[in-house]
Amino acid sequence: MNNKDIVKASLKKRYAKEKRFKLYGIVSITLSFLFLAFLLADITGKSLPAFTQTYVKLEIDFSHKNLKLKEKASYSEDELFKASYRTLASKALYQLFPDIKSRKDKKTLRGMVSVGAQYELRDMVIDNPNLIGTKKEILVLADDDLDSFHKGIIDRSIPEELRRVKDKQVSWIDKLEADGRIVTRFNLRFLTSGDSREPELAGIWGALKGSFYTMVITLLLSFPIGVAAAVYLEEFAPKNNKFIDLIEVNINNLAAVPSIVFGILGLAIYINLFGMPRSAPLVAGMVVFLMTLPKIIIPTRASIKSVPPSIREAALGVGASKMQVIFHHVLPLAMPGILTGSIIGMAQALGESAPLLMIGMVAFVADIPQSFMDPATVLPVQIFIWSDSPERAFIALTSAAIVVLLIFLFLMNFLAIILRKKFETRW
Amino acid sequence: MIFKKAILASIALATLSTYSLSVNARDNIEIVGSSTVFPFATVVAETFGNKTGMPTPKIEATGTGGGMKLFCKGHGLDTPDVTNASRRIKKSEFDLCQKNGVKNITEVLVGFDGIAIANELNGPDFNSLTLRSLYLGLAAKVPASVKGGSDLEMINNPFKNWSEIDSKLPNVAIKVLGPPPTSGTRDALQELGIEGGCKTFPQMKAMKKTDSKLYKTLCRTVREDGHYVEMGENDNLIISKLTNEPTTLGVFGFSFLDQNSDKVKGSNIDGNPITFENIATGAYPVSRPLYFYVKNDHRDSIKGLNQFINEFVSDDAMGEEGYLLDKGLIPAPEEEHAKTVNNARNAVPLQL
Repeated sequence: MNNKDIVKASLKKRYAKEKRFKLYGIVSITLSFLFLAFLLADITGKSLPAFTQTYVKLEIDFSHKNLKLKEKASYSEDELFKASYRTLASKALYQLFPDIKSRKDKKTLRGMVSVGAQYELRDMVIDNPNLIGTKKEILVLADDDLDSFHKGIIDRSIPEELRRVKDKQVSWIDKLEADGRIVTRFNLRFLTSGDSREPELAGIWGALKGSFYTMVITLLLSFPIGVAAAVYLEEFAPKNNKFIDLIEVNINNLAAVPSIVFGILGLAIYINLFGMPRSAPLVAGMVVFLMTLPKIIIPTRASIKSVPPSIREAALGVGASKMQVIFHHVLPLAMPGILTGSIIGMAQALGESAPLLMIGMVAFVADIPQSFMDPATVLPVQIFIWSDSPERAFIALTSAAIVVLLIFLFLMNFLAIILRKKFETRW
Repeated sequence: MIFKKAILASIALATLSTYSLSVNARDNIEIVGSSTVFPFATVVAETFGNKTGMPTPKIEATGTGGGMKLFCKGHGLDTPDVTNASRRIKKSEFDLCQKNGVKNITEVLVGFDGIAIANELNGPDFNSLTLRSLYLGLAAKVPASVKGGSDLEMINNPFKNWSEIDSKLPNVAIKVLGPPPTSGTRDALQELGIEGGCKTFPQMKAMKKTDSKLYKTLCRTVREDGHYVEMGENDNLIISKLTNEPTTLGVFGFSFLDQNSDKVKGSNIDGNPITFENIATGAYPVSRPLYFYVKNDHRDSIKGLNQFINEFVSDDAMGEEGYLLDKGLIPAPEEEHAKTVNNARNAVPLQL
C-alpha cells in the first residue's frame, strides 16, 4: 500500500469528521438562538398586558356637596388638596347599580376602581378648579382585579370559589362592558410614574431616573479615572517593574471579582465610615464605579496598545512632546476602542443589582428622585421587588420592566457597535 | 480638552458629595426591616404620601434581623425611624438598642400572617396534615420510637413517603419547597410547624425543661437530604414550581395563597383550614405576629412620623374594612388591637 492509498482510505473518515464538526457548530448556534428566542418571546409575551390599562368610564359629579367644599368664588390649592375626593368614584358607581344596597356588596363594588382614582381626581380638580360644581364623564382607573379579568389573566371559566373575581363582580363587569363603560388605553402611567403597591398605579419612571443618576455618577468617576490609569500604565509606567506588574495583575483580578463584594466594600467604606446616606444614587454610582473601573481600564489599555508605534515615532520625530503624542495622536486613534469598552462596561453596570442590595437600594421608593441624594432604586432592583409581590398583575409589570431594561441594554450595545464601525481605523 | 473637563467635573462632584455628607437633615421617613411586613408597610406609606402630600417614606426590605441591626445602631437622624419585624424583638436586640442610646421605642402589633402549606389545585389532598406529621416529614432527626426503636434514641429521618407517616396522607414522595434560613417564613415554619409537632412527643417535651438547647436543635432542624428544597425568598417562584409538580408541597405566606387561589390550595393543619378567621383566632397553628418598632425620640424631629404611625394604626388601614386587610393582613383580636393603637398614639415605651 503506498501513501496515496493510505490517504485515500482515511479520506472518507476525515471528511466525515469535518462534517460532524460543522454540524456540532450549527447545532450549538441553533440551540443558543432558540434559548434566546424563547426567553425574549416569553418575556415579551408576559409583558404585553402591562402596556395597556383598563379604565371605567364614570360620570363624576364634582358638586360642592360631594367635595365637601363651601361655595365660593375661588379656592386656594391647599383647600382643594384637602377637599374630599374619596367618595366621588364610588357614588358614580352606586348610581349605575342602584339595586346594590348591602354594605358588603357596596364595598366590593367600589373596590372595582383603583384606590388611586381619588388622588387622580384630586389632581384633576387642582389643575382645573372650573370642574367644581359640574358633572363630567371621566375615565377612572380600574382596580388590578378588574384589569386582570378584562385582559383574561383571570379566567372566567374556572369555578367561582377559586376565582378572585366572583360571579357577582363578573355580572357587574359584563354590564359595564355592555354599556361601553370599560375602555382600554395605552398604559402611559407605566412609563411616567414611580413605584406603587397597586399594580395599576406602578410605573418605572422612578427606577429609570434612579438608574440614570447612578449611571451619571459612575460615568463621571470611572471614565476619567479609568482612561487616566490606562494611559499611565501603557505610556508612562516603568516597564519590568515588580510593583507595576502587581498592579496589572490586580486590575485583571478586580475585573473578575463578584460584584456583591463591591457592595460590601461600599457599605463598609461609604456608608459606615463616611456616613453617607443609604439608598442614594450617589453612593450607588460610587459602588458601581468600583466595579466598572477595571472593565474600562482593560479595553482602554488594549486599544492604546493597538495604536501602531509608527504613529508615536512619527509624532516624536517631528518634535512632539510625550504629552502631545498621547493627547493629539494616540488617544484620538484609540478612542473608538475606549468608547466601546466604556459603553459595554456601563451597560453591565446598568444591569447590576447585587452590589446595590447591600447599600439599601432594595427599597420601596414611591416618589421620583429629584437629585443624586434622594432615596432611589434602580431598574434591576425594581424588577426584583416586583417579582416578589403577591398581586398577579405584577407578573406582567415585572416582564415589562425587563423589556425596558433590555431595550436600554440593546441601545447601548448598538451604540458601541456604531461607534466602533464609524471611527475604526485599519492599518 | 474633554478630559480636563471630565476630571474637573469629577473633582467638583467629589467635593459636593463630601459637603452633602455633613448635612444630615432629611425630610422623609426611613423604614427598614422584614420583607413580610414590607407589602403592608408600603401600602401605608403610599397612602400616607398621597393623603398628606408629604414625601413618601422610604422602606427597605432588609429582613427582620438586618432591620434590627440598623435600627439599634444609634439614635441619630442617620438611623432609621421605624423597623418592621415578623417576630418580636429579641432580648439581645433590645439590649443592643439600649446600649446604643435607643432607649425609647414603642412596639406596635400590626397583625398576623399565616403560613400556608399548599400544593397544586388538582393535586392530592393533604388536608389530614397535622403538626406531628409535618415534624416527622421535615425534621432532620426523629425519635426512634416511630420505627419501633426506643423512645430516647434519635434517628435520621427515615420517611420518604407521606403515607409512611400517616396512612391518611397521600402515597407520594415527601418533597417540600420552602424558603431559606434567612427568611422569617422559615423561622415560623421551624418554630411553629416543626417544633409544634415535635412537642407532641412527651419525651421531647420533657427535654425542653432538661436540655433546652438540645431540644431546640432537635426540634427545629430541617432535614437536608433533598426532601426539603430551599427555593430562595421568592414566593411567586415557589407557586409557579408547584403548578408543575402536583404532589409537591410549598411553604409561603398567606397573602400569596390568597392571590393564587386559582392555582394552589392550602392544606388544613390539625383539621383547621387556612382561612382568614382561623388565622385571626389562632386556630390555624402556623401563624406568626407582625410588628413594627418606632424610635420615639424621632417623633419630634422627623416631619410626619406621628401622622404615619397614626395612619398605620387607623381604622382605614387596620380596621375591619381596612385596606391592609385587602392586602392579606390578618388583624389582631380587638382587645390587643385597642392596646396597640393606644401604645402607638401615645408613644408608650417598650419594656422587656
